[in-house]
Amino acid sequence: MSWRRAIYLLPLAAFAALAIYLSHGLAPGYNPELLPSAMIDKPAPAFDLAGLKGEARLTNRAFTDEIVFVNFFASWCVPCRQESPVLMDLSRRNVIVLYGIDYKDKPADAEKFLQQYGDPYRRIGVDDSGRTAINFGVYGVPETYAIDRTGHIRWRHVGPLTDDVVKNEILPLLQRLGAS
Amino acid sequence: MIIELGHFALILALAVATLQAGLTLTGAARNDLNLMAAGRLAALAQFALIALAFATLVHAYFVSDFSVANVAENSSSAKPLLYKLTSVWGNHEGSMVLWVLILALYGAAIAWFGDAMPPRLCARVLGVKGLIAIGFLLFILLTSNPFLRLSPAPEEGMGLNPILQDPGLAFHPPFLYLGYVGFSVAFAFAVAALIDGRVDAAWARWVRPWTLASWCCLTLGIAMGSWWAYYTLGWGGWWFWDPVENASLMPWLAGTALLHSAIVVERRDTLKSWTILLAILTFSLSLVGTFLVRSGVLTSVHAFALDPRRGVFILVLLCIAIGGSLALYAWRAPAVEPGGVFAPISREGALLLNNLILASCCATVFIGTLYPLFLDAVGGPKLSVGYPFFDRTFVPLMIPLLLAVGLGPLLAWKRGDFLGALQRLWAAFAAVIAAMLVTFYLSHGGPVLSVLGIGLAAWMGGGAIVEIADRLRLFRAPWPDVVRRALTQPRASYGMTLAHYGLAVTVAGIAASGFEQQGIALLHLGQTLPVAGYTLRFDGIGRHEGINYTADRGDFTLLEGTRVVAQLEPERRFFPLQQQTVSKTAIHTNFFADFYLALGDPDNKGGWAVRAYWKPLVPFIWIGGVIMAFGGAVSLSDRRWRIGIVARRAGKAALPADRSRA
Repeated sequence: MSWRRAIYLLPLAAFAALAIYLSHGLAPGYNPELLPSAMIDKPAPAFDLAGLKGEARLTNRAFTDEIVFVNFFASWCVPCRQESPVLMDLSRRNVIVLYGIDYKDKPADAEKFLQQYGDPYRRIGVDDSGRTAINFGVYGVPETYAIDRTGHIRWRHVGPLTDDVVKNEILPLLQRLGAS
Repeated sequence: MIIELGHFALILALAVATLQAGLTLTGAARNDLNLMAAGRLAALAQFALIALAFATLVHAYFVSDFSVANVAENSSSAKPLLYKLTSVWGNHEGSMVLWVLILALYGAAIAWFGDAMPPRLCARVLGVKGLIAIGFLLFILLTSNPFLRLSPAPEEGMGLNPILQDPGLAFHPPFLYLGYVGFSVAFAFAVAALIDGRVDAAWARWVRPWTLASWCCLTLGIAMGSWWAYYTLGWGGWWFWDPVENASLMPWLAGTALLHSAIVVERRDTLKSWTILLAILTFSLSLVGTFLVRSGVLTSVHAFALDPRRGVFILVLLCIAIGGSLALYAWRAPAVEPGGVFAPISREGALLLNNLILASCCATVFIGTLYPLFLDAVGGPKLSVGYPFFDRTFVPLMIPLLLAVGLGPLLAWKRGDFLGALQRLWAAFAAVIAAMLVTFYLSHGGPVLSVLGIGLAAWMGGGAIVEIADRLRLFRAPWPDVVRRALTQPRASYGMTLAHYGLAVTVAGIAASGFEQQGIALLHLGQTLPVAGYTLRFDGIGRHEGINYTADRGDFTLLEGTRVVAQLEPERRFFPLQQQTVSKTAIHTNFFADFYLALGDPDNKGGWAVRAYWKPLVPFIWIGGVIMAFGGAVSLSDRRWRIGIVARRAGKAALPADRSRA
């Protein structure tokens, strides 16, 4: 087969690769939200971020002697809108201590986002460069981490939080960490 | 009983589609005119049957027949009549029926106008369309049947998502589908050409009007969707790079490329196998978009109810349709002989540049949209790369394209004179400088990128006007001569000027978003908020009962000095059935700028959060879209496309490959 003919096979080959990818997303038992993480049971990476709306800086030293949740979000992220009622509910009921990290976002947009969907966070750090997110191993937004009293990451969730995740993962996790 | 009739009609349509594919493809292979004519009748019958099925579904929604599961799940009796109708396509099953209805509509149109086409081309096109119809009718009947009954029937339906209860959204899906389902015609033409092994100017002339018609509808559909997002979804944003938006943008980009490369095939008989590939890809992207939206592999504000079985079914359909056509392409396209050569600086060169850039843009959007899926090996979807990605990739790609839009039409075919074209564009250069200076002055030195964006818009708008003035020899020939030229210009060339001008208008609207000003405050009664030289006064708040919601309606006065500009009444609507609050913004527009007002939450101490924006030129974004679509329609009315009809009147069966001189 000549090179000229081979070129005409390229679109087909590219589509075949795509089809394999797409089928992966449909495989039975495939749960997009179960992700291994190298960071589980490791100390949370150190960070020092500017606060949103001119608040005090947010650093990992703020997390002392309590179980905290860190939620990476952004105003341009559609799934974040989907999870915001769940976060609002958690913070309203004081179930968890939640910090926000605004990922690669314009602060003005983030403020509008929080005005429209509510602000569930105790404090918010602005991760403009995305470096903190890289240190945490964030794949994309939204993503949520739980950090225990000793500053170790104990749990991670990729994608929007849902009521199911709260019931089946967060509440048992709080019990486990609280007991130990 | 009526709904069962619809179900039966849809099953019958499946049988007729099978017949259509069989008759036309065998007929074309054997060159049997009778079989091919019967196949055309089948295409008309298929449309009639699907129209009947769709009508029964519409009827069930009109009378609120909750014994039909689909109606009970997506409608309710207390709802304005308009939204009862739009509920038909506001859900997965119903929208699929609309999808096949439009597919069949195009098929019937080809069958109807088919007399003017070479009979074998017509038959093969209808055959391919029949095969697509079989796939999607099976999909509806096996996995997404809207005609199923509920027993016992509930007293009341669950209602339509309040966000979808909006006139702007009511007609957005039909236009969108007219657009990307319409690309199935170009796809069918491409596959037919591959079977035939022949692509020529006549083929391109048949493909282009269908592509143009689909493109116009898609342009309008996208503009409507974006406008709707602007006034309901967010805070005045008009494009969110949401997977569903991207699913409609990708076929638009590919379709725009196809429109331009088909011109090259028609005029210069070259870029043929590339054009075939584009035609296949454009419709493939529509199919992939359908898959993404309905399979649940990506999260989106628009996502339909999810069911993995559907995902698998659509994926299999994709593999057959796209894989099959690309395999055919790999096998047959090398046989399509390459056409004439051209210099890089020429009209063909500019159109090729346009194609390369549009294809890259399309690939960028594709990667950005599917990025979550590409992470599959390591991680999960349900993530968003969002605008930081698209801002850094899509926007820089667009700039050279927009520069070329101003210049390309002035280049000659085969070998153009770059410097000569630039010289003729002196007026456009002057427009750029004037526009940038005026913008800089008015915005008191606003963001540099926005000022440059306005300059870019002036370049394209100026270029479009210079091009048409050049054609008419305006200011160079005596007036009667100019008028005569204006009357004899082909409409297609006016269409191009309008479409390029519309693009300039849209770009101006986008660029000016950098000059936006805003005011956000907690207001008590009687307090005022200054925004962009206006004063907004909070006059009152009241309760208001809608047919299926209750609303807090704010009463605001917009003042310029002491002069009253407008009364604004933004609302927060609460829909008890769905327990959902939807914001209804108030917008005052003078078509050059919008004053945009949204009512936020009360603080329960008499204060209300209020967000107000002054958005210069933002209406241009959609006005430009409408101008582009109108340009397409003008081009579509060109006499050249109707040569076939003339040929039919003259009693000729086939169209001669007559080169036009326009």
